[in-house]
Amino acid sequence: MLQDKDRIFTNLYGYEDWGVDAAMKRGDWDGTREIMAKGQDWIIEEVKESGLRGRGGAGFPTGLKWSFMPKERPAGQPAYLVVNADESEPGTCKDREILRHEPHKLIEGALLAGFAMRATAAYIYVRGEFYREAERLEATVAEAYEKGLIGRNASGSGYDFDIHVHRGAGAYICGEETAMLQSLEGKKGQPRLKPPFPAMVGLYGAPTTVNNVESISVVPTILRRGAGWFSSFGRPNNTGTKLFCISGHVNKPCTVEESMSIQLRDLIERHAGGVRGGWDNLLAVIPGGSSVPLIPKSVCDEVLMDYDALREAQSGLGTAAVIVMDKSTDIVRAIARLSYFYKHESCGQCTPCREGTGWMWRVMERLVEGRARREEIDLLLEVTKQVEGHTICALGDAAAWPIQGLIRHFRDEIERRIDDYQRRTGAIAAE
Amino acid sequence: MHRHLKVVEDGEPFAFSEDNAAEVKRILAKYPPARKRSAVLPLLHLAQRQNGGWVSRQVIEHIAGMLDLPPIKVLEVATFYTMFNLKPIGRYHVQVCGTTPCWLRGSDEVFRACRDMGLEKGRTTDDGLFHLSEVECLGACVNAPVVQIDDDYYEDLDYERMKAILEAFRRGETPKPGPQVDRQFAAPEGGPTTLKEHVK
Repeated sequence: MLQDKDRIFTNLYGYEDWGVDAAMKRGDWDGTREIMAKGQDWIIEEVKESGLRGRGGAGFPTGLKWSFMPKERPAGQPAYLVVNADESEPGTCKDREILRHEPHKLIEGALLAGFAMRATAAYIYVRGEFYREAERLEATVAEAYEKGLIGRNASGSGYDFDIHVHRGAGAYICGEETAMLQSLEGKKGQPRLKPPFPAMVGLYGAPTTVNNVESISVVPTILRRGAGWFSSFGRPNNTGTKLFCISGHVNKPCTVEESMSIQLRDLIERHAGGVRGGWDNLLAVIPGGSSVPLIPKSVCDEVLMDYDALREAQSGLGTAAVIVMDKSTDIVRAIARLSYFYKHESCGQCTPCREGTGWMWRVMERLVEGRARREEIDLLLEVTKQVEGHTICALGDAAAWPIQGLIRHFRDEIERRIDDYQRRTGAIAAE
Repeated sequence: MHRHLKVVEDGEPFAFSEDNAAEVKRILAKYPPARKRSAVLPLLHLAQRQNGGWVSRQVIEHIAGMLDLPPIKVLEVATFYTMFNLKPIGRYHVQVCGTTPCWLRGSDEVFRACRDMGLEKGRTTDDGLFHLSEVECLGACVNAPVVQIDDDYYEDLDYERMKAILEAFRRGETPKPGPQVDRQFAAPEGGPTTLKEHVK
């Protein structure tokens, strides 16, 4: 188990003040100028060395992403860091704790990351519903300006860097990086085709990198304590500490910072008070936010919480949002509700997703009742494959995977419902 | 798609108040002058707040004028994002999360409490006090089930707690937001398993 001395987010639960004085006592803004004096390349190398992978779900190496930003630009051309605080993936609520209890870690991280990638300014895109969190963040930015930590000659580094807070307005799709850029530009949040990638053509056509809140907020501590410290947690290729959100049928749902590669069972039993009714009452877990396929109890018994282990289990770490379902769960309905979510959130741009999410949801609703033919299970599976990989962004994939996971592990349950329904209605018809 | 497109309703003539005009300036300063279209979302938020919780045709036209945009460009944004209400709603917007993590922990019971208090999904109560919506994941899943009422989250709800909250609003009180059980934000109920020396 991770020790407290190695936890980055020491005010995760908000027992202490969020403001700059308390934040400095916790170690934020300590030697920021000295870190910047080591230079852009040093920062990027250190982040690469640490093994940090994007905490927003895709797990792309953060340092490598930064290195895609052009080192030289035509005079006067801006470049941007966009921080993704559009936390909306069902099950996920870790960035919220950073925004309201550790906002200075995010602001300092934005400065260091922005400096490293040679950006001129950062926009932090906060989901619209997080009104109080955005309010807190605005106050943090104001404090940081007032103290000279950001803005002109940020932290005395000689580097000018502005940070702005921008609120979304209720659209899950804006968490997709190019949809976020469209939204920031004042348009509907519909994803852009890639290439060109944002590092070349991003916000307002300028080079841009989009990073998740947690990825950015851990950067100052990594740079202070060293890449070797961060990479000493977890397994190779899966390093660092990580915020886990444990929701659903556990005795004490919570968010907690733990070591990567912790055993799922250990995570649930140590921190979330265990599965309701005991471990043997577990049915299945969605281990990384709603977009990743569920894993049944037999897999949960042993699996580690990291990118590679969960991929091997045909699921994914995603945002590390662990949704626990005990044996009382109507598992078909649980997934059908996610299908409704994706139907609701499809931006409507690509036909396979716009039409497919609605079609899949309607079939899922019938499967909940068993009002279907057995052949339709394979038809549904086939349609998920037709949607997956055939859209501009990954929302189509995200809608397909939970259903694929359900059919992979709970086909028996779906078939049982279909047979039951036919028996029931057949009996009525025979009367 | 988020909602059926319908022509936005007429309201009173609209202009930003003096206080909000200062806020408009602060908002516009965040974006390069040639990119003021970026202010569409923040201006719609601000206008909706001033306009009693909804965006009228006059609001759309006013913002379009400020940003030198055709009104359709503002309207298409207002219809795309779910947080903008295109017709008048009640005094309090009660938004119950119904997505799986909340559903697993009893969002059906929260809806039942709303129903028993006379709230109906998609409708404003006759006294104009509450408008009930089902919303998608609010991003507070370890505190499920969750309801957002205007700017605040009410967390760790059940039937009785939800009823008590609505009753308090009906009495003209503002109940304390956040967890409605004995816990510190996202820490486990009964106290954290980590960072114990920080507990105050």
